[in-house]
Amino acid sequence: MTISPSSIEQVIPGQGAMAQPSAAPGRAKRRRFRFVANAKAATGLVILAVYCLFAIIGPWVAPYDPDARSADVLQAPSTRHWFGTTHLGQDIFSQILVGARSVMLVGLLAGVLATILSILIGVTAGYIGGVPDEGLSALSNVFLVIPALPLIIIVTSIVEQASDTLVALIIGFTSWAWGARVLRAQTLSLRRRDYVEAARATGERTWRIILFEILPNLTAIIASGFVGTVIFAVMSEITLAFIGISSISSWNWGTILFWAQGQQALAQGAWWWFVPAGLAIAVLGTALALINFGIDEFVSPRLRSAGKTRIRTADGHTVRMRVGFTPVLAPVSRPIPVPREEVTP
Amino acid sequence: MRFLLQRAAFYLFTAWAAITLNFFIPRLVPGDPVQSLISRNQGRISADAIESLRVLFGLDTHENIWQQYLDYWGQLLHGDLGLSFTFFPTPVATVIGDSLPWTVGLVGITTIISFLLGTALGVGAGWRRGSWVDGLLPATTFLSSIPYFWLGLVAIAVFTGPGSFFPSSGGYEAGLVPAFDGYFIPSAIKHSVLPAATILVSSMSGWILSMRNMMVTVSSEDYITVAHAKGLSERRVALSYAARNALLPNVSGFALSLGFIVGGTLLVEIVFSYPGLGYQLFQAVGYKDYPLMQGIFLIITISVLVANLLADVAYLLLDPRTRKS
Repeated sequence: MTISPSSIEQVIPGQGAMAQPSAAPGRAKRRRFRFVANAKAATGLVILAVYCLFAIIGPWVAPYDPDARSADVLQAPSTRHWFGTTHLGQDIFSQILVGARSVMLVGLLAGVLATILSILIGVTAGYIGGVPDEGLSALSNVFLVIPALPLIIIVTSIVEQASDTLVALIIGFTSWAWGARVLRAQTLSLRRRDYVEAARATGERTWRIILFEILPNLTAIIASGFVGTVIFAVMSEITLAFIGISSISSWNWGTILFWAQGQQALAQGAWWWFVPAGLAIAVLGTALALINFGIDEFVSPRLRSAGKTRIRTADGHTVRMRVGFTPVLAPVSRPIPVPREEVTP
Repeated sequence: MRFLLQRAAFYLFTAWAAITLNFFIPRLVPGDPVQSLISRNQGRISADAIESLRVLFGLDTHENIWQQYLDYWGQLLHGDLGLSFTFFPTPVATVIGDSLPWTVGLVGITTIISFLLGTALGVGAGWRRGSWVDGLLPATTFLSSIPYFWLGLVAIAVFTGPGSFFPSSGGYEAGLVPAFDGYFIPSAIKHSVLPAATILVSSMSGWILSMRNMMVTVSSEDYITVAHAKGLSERRVALSYAARNALLPNVSGFALSLGFIVGGTLLVEIVFSYPGLGYQLFQAVGYKDYPLMQGIFLIITISVLVANLLADVAYLLLDPRTRKS
């Protein structure tokens, strides 16, 4: 499964944690693109789309075989080798292109797995309540508090030469807890809403209420949890490759950093060996974080960075606008408050 | 008090779960990584040590799993975590004891500074929403998306080198003996500046952002408007009314995300060859030193649990409502 821009659009519009009664059908169509209209989300989605594209076509468009050695040893970036070469004359640009697939695959696979687990555990716990809830929340709290990365490192290192899929599974199974916790809290508050009570009173089945009444109102939270998990999964995968636990025969950006570190790229001044891979990770992380901000701001408009908040009034004062607070201008230099003249801007 | 007892009970439960997990992981894996290590070191390991490794890694196939579990606990309670293969024949407990202070010093102190500083900046950014500060938010996003260890690599490339003030690796100058004296302490501080700065730069932005968002949410509450209407100074409203209330979710968020943060910061130690738990874990991975890896995992988990408990105490002090009940 890939997270294409369209899948997020379809997931988000017209609802969220604070779901409004749906607008007239005519307007619903126009609101479909509101999420994308958010500058942060749009930037993030475009960058993510580019990464997905490279994940698919990367191995085909790479100019060299990433493993092929050549006589150009430790060359700085040039027109022949855009990102320079390694100590064996391997082309780093090709390694980055080929590595994109593994990074995106692990990120998305682990993200999907963790999201499914978090929905299963979080929504069930929140909706059913009682003893199962206690047990499931204790379970997710335990997983939340135990440091995930050392656990992942240990599990992966015991499995010899872990493949991408296995790494994704390990990360997915250890990183669902945060999402489950948030989903449980939100389900608890949705469970007592009138429309859910009404559905229950009309005799709808539990699975139907959960699927059609509760879940649609959790989509924003699920989406943001998914994006957050993908960030974590990508970072973890790269970390595993960097410290040389997962299979070093396949390329991802962590493997590049592993070789760069192992071959003393720093001491040899070969900055091009580790800078591109790090930037690729950082930009991907930024893109995903931007999408998450977009979701947050979509759900809670207050968080948007306000536009122009300083307003110059007619008599030359400046006033700073603020939520829930009507600015009142009073003469500033007077020591004791006396009956003041109030000017509303 | 009841709140604290509940939390303590939960952490005990978590510690039990982590230890049990540690017990089962090597047993669930097909094949026997430890057996091969033992046979490779045959003749060099004493019979006692082999026995203790057998208990830790479940090589006692003739005992049932319940008996193995009891033995495992008995051994842990004696502080016996087996022998390290990397630092043969030093016991794991000794290796961990040597590196724990470094990690607590570096990661612990930096994480707290990062939280305090990030929260303070977040208060400013949230209160002045819409000013130029908002323009800096994307930059902090970028910084927090950089893997810690990569930032460390860049820092080494840029700031260290021949003739530079900053050393590129290690925790103190070679030739010094760890002691509280005028030679060792300055050297240790000098070696920790760059790793600490790396952790600060990449971990702080998360706190800035979450605190900003809480401030924005809180500052539209009625009691803030009332505080303004009372004519209280801007500073007082921002700090004693808005920030005080916005801080609570941030503190509980801090407690919950400690596990994530600690995992990330351990990597900085690897890059800087800083003699803490992270670097030991890295070496243990390289040598397939399972006893050391598992020991480090246990210690990290328990430290995080203790830190969580401390964060809960802080929460208790900050939120009068929890004290009343």
